[in-house]
Amino acid sequence: MSPKKNLLTTKEMAQFANQGFLRFDELIPRDLCDRLSKDIDSGKIDGRAPAGTPFNEVWQGQPIREVFDHPRVCGIIESLVGPNPRYDHHYPHITQKGGKHQFIHADAEFDPRVGAFDIQFSFFPQDVTPDMGGTLFVPGSHFHRVHESQVGIYQNIVGMQQFSGKAGTILVWHTNLWHSGRRNDSDNTRYMFKLRLNPMVKQQLLWNTDDLHDADSLSPLKGHQPWHGQQHRVFLMNVARFWQYLSNDPSFDPEFWWSRIENEPKATAT
Amino acid sequence: MPQNQQLLYLFTGNSSPESNIVAWSLYDGVTGKPQKGCQEAGTEPPYESVLAAMHDGWRTIQVPVLEPARPGQEFDLDYLKFQFVLEKWETCDES
Repeated sequence: MSPKKNLLTTKEMAQFANQGFLRFDELIPRDLCDRLSKDIDSGKIDGRAPAGTPFNEVWQGQPIREVFDHPRVCGIIESLVGPNPRYDHHYPHITQKGGKHQFIHADAEFDPRVGAFDIQFSFFPQDVTPDMGGTLFVPGSHFHRVHESQVGIYQNIVGMQQFSGKAGTILVWHTNLWHSGRRNDSDNTRYMFKLRLNPMVKQQLLWNTDDLHDADSLSPLKGHQPWHGQQHRVFLMNVARFWQYLSNDPSFDPEFWWSRIENEPKATAT
Repeated sequence: MPQNQQLLYLFTGNSSPESNIVAWSLYDGVTGKPQKGCQEAGTEPPYESVLAAMHDGWRTIQVPVLEPARPGQEFDLDYLKFQFVLEKWETCDES
């Protein structure tokens, strides 16, 4: 079990629930990043363990294991998918200069789960400048269930974010989040290490809940994105439903949306 | 002089051509290349509304069709609901 200080706070979990991702800048030391980059370059970590392997059994003795054994990374994993998640797959993305951008997409297949979810890590072992075309994310897209690159028609979405930042930065995201690998316009090769994990326990109250009842902790749940348009209330209702699951509190409904439409009194007036 | 088609997809906040743009794509048959600013975060929409694009000479060739939510799926989210497709025909350099 991770110490509380390494777990996510309620406010961070609320941000994850609303936006579908969290970002941690320069979390992994640069020397470890450099060793990992060499492993990616040499193809040493291309091979995958069988899907379903307990995550703590993969990559023993390798630099990539050190990344995911980092105490804060362990706390992030435990907060989102529990202490002993299942390895799904990984992929070291190497993007050379030039080439085409990926279409915006959601990974893999339709995932209709309402509460349970997988997570994916995007780990950047090098500095990524804007012209290197780091991963593009569409905040608040994790409830929009779409089939892979059927959303490829969307080139620009108001509010989308592109990663650029320092080596050692990690993004962790809900696997339904829309994203794409962008075109690399620089002279440098771009590296991004992706890992998907599955939960093996109910994803409820796994984080540091000391601030669960602080007034400010749940404030991120209220936000919505400019691209949601007139559907922003439906988005917020999905956020509320998700938080009901995460917090194991079926009564959570701060804007009264669900309480209103589920009100079908059985009592007869007397 | 030959003319090539440009397609502008504008996705709007509601079904009105006057509503704000929430997403867009441009497929330029003149250059045959991805638009400048394609997938670049922070890029502003080319117009504030479909109506503004029409005022600039774009012809609307598809408007969104309103469909009722299927029972039980009223709160499901998936694709962007309001898609307008506009076109222009521009002279193409033969050289």
